Amino acid sequence: MFKWIFNLYYEGFRQMTVGKVLWVVIIIKLFIIFAILKPVFFRDHLSQVSPDGDKAAYVAGELVQRGISSDTIPIQENSITNTIK
Amino acid sequence: MTSLLLQVPVDAVNWARAQFALTAIYHWLFVPLTLGLALIMGIMETCYYRKRTEFWLKASQFWQRLFAVNFAMGVATGIILEFEFGTNWSNYSWFVGDIFGAPLAIEGIVAFFMESTFVAVMFFGWKKVSAGFHLASTWLTGLGATFSAWWILVANSWMQYPVGYAFNPDTMRNEMTSFVDVALSPAAIEKFSHTVTSSWIVGAAFVIAVCCWFLIKNREHELAKTSIKIAAIVGLAASLLACFTGDGSAYSVAQTQPMKLAAMEALYNGGESQALTGVAWVNPIEQPDYKNEAEPSMRIAVPNMLSILATRTMDGYVPGVNEILNGYTTPDGKTQLSVEEKMKRGREAINALATYRKAKKDGDEATAQQQLASINENMPYFGYGYIEKPEDTVPYIPVCFWAFRIMVGLGTMFIAFFALVLLLVYKRDIAKYKWLHWAAIAALPLAYVASEAGWIVAEMGRQPWTIQDLLPINAAVSNIGSGSVALTFFVFLALFTTLLAVELRIMWKQINGEISSHSTENK
Repeated sequence: MFKWIFNLYYEGFRQMTVGKVLWVVIIIKLFIIFAILKPVFFRDHLSQVSPDGDKAAYVAGELVQRGISSDTIPIQENSITNTIK
Repeated sequence: MTSLLLQVPVDAVNWARAQFALTAIYHWLFVPLTLGLALIMGIMETCYYRKRTEFWLKASQFWQRLFAVNFAMGVATGIILEFEFGTNWSNYSWFVGDIFGAPLAIEGIVAFFMESTFVAVMFFGWKKVSAGFHLASTWLTGLGATFSAWWILVANSWMQYPVGYAFNPDTMRNEMTSFVDVALSPAAIEKFSHTVTSSWIVGAAFVIAVCCWFLIKNREHELAKTSIKIAAIVGLAASLLACFTGDGSAYSVAQTQPMKLAAMEALYNGGESQALTGVAWVNPIEQPDYKNEAEPSMRIAVPNMLSILATRTMDGYVPGVNEILNGYTTPDGKTQLSVEEKMKRGREAINALATYRKAKKDGDEATAQQQLASINENMPYFGYGYIEKPEDTVPYIPVCFWAFRIMVGLGTMFIAFFALVLLLVYKRDIAKYKWLHWAAIAALPLAYVASEAGWIVAEMGRQPWTIQDLLPINAAVSNIGSGSVALTFFVFLALFTTLLAVELRIMWKQINGEISSHSTENK
């Protein structure tokens, strides 16, 4: 069974015509997405900014600070300046 | 009145929105053709399975080849949207994490295992598996793609109509309380039905356009005419179904997102027995003065029709923008709060959340429990705590109004178009109708325009919310600078434009190349 599946893919790839071009495009695209865009531009924001990895506290701080009545709110859960409002 | 389009602030929120819109719009160029062609190539191969002739083999393999080109170009373009959630929309991403986790995980598993397995059999297995197994693989490839779409649309529908969840103030996440409610929410069912049927229209329009190109070039007459017959039947059935599912989708919007419906209709002042606007003048670059205008100028409307569509009764009550802003009571006695009241409750929820977390930190359990009750009571209005003024909850009406009319207008046109093609291909020699060939080629981009316009209505009509009533965009966006988002916006623009150009080039080469069956050669 495994040999049959292996042969299906092996011979399939070996005999491809237009598929070879498509695979080249897919590999280039995946390389750009996962090897360049993800690590350089799309790092996980919360992992970078949450103190001690406590993402819930960071998000709570963000959402509380951004509330319109934030001046009446008794706590600040993190000290990161809000640049959105 | 303000020229909103010309005064959009260039900040992180709007760059992130623009980037997401760009990515989603490009991604949606690939998806509907995959869903639409999957159905048509399945039908083609079923014909081959039944008749076992060289012609049907050739036809099946030709359309599968074009499917492969589109499939390959579209692979992983959706993953970028998930990257954007984590970087640009991290508050949102955390807030919805548990709700989105299950549907997106299922989608990932289905997409990877089901599609990749059966796609391989479909392309590599012509001489390796039985005709029946191959046919099943072809259908399962399409079914896998459609099933994947289901889970993505479940996630999207939850943003439009959040159900089956409970907010946990300790984890700051919405947690799923009912998988069934989330997976089978009425909004998800309506959205899925309408999205899939409209994608079949794109597939049918594509097949007819390619075949008409063959007729213009005076080649592949048999393939062209036979494929047109199948595509016209699929297209006409899909157009009629899209009408039906679109009606269901609009009814669902009327029940769950009345502000979106009011924006789609430019209905400033609602009431009972409302008319459906056919055409009217709504300035596309200005938010209308809905507080002072009774209705858009030059309005031509069908009496009572909006009430019928939105409530299923002739004299049903449909609220307009002003009623939704100011609050209203429906004839059956249901009261809807004003946006100001909702804002007040939203702020109470945020204050209670802050106090709850402080009390928890200090070990004051009694205060925590008291605040938890307040959070739970006001949670349905949580997002309104971020709204500065009630008018901010009105989406940009001109975009919703015109995008909706473009979608419906083109959808109606496609019913007539497919009916005409069907008539000519069965009753006349369609090869002689040169004007129709060019019209069919011109209709292909219009099918995409209609499909994208539908998404613009759905997503722009939801503004300012990322999650309806729970989280507006200004709370959902990450605390990041706009520079990096602007940079990646242009990176994506270049990447996707290149991908699209490559797809068009490869597709063009395939269409214009020799069309023969390759029973011993893989594509």
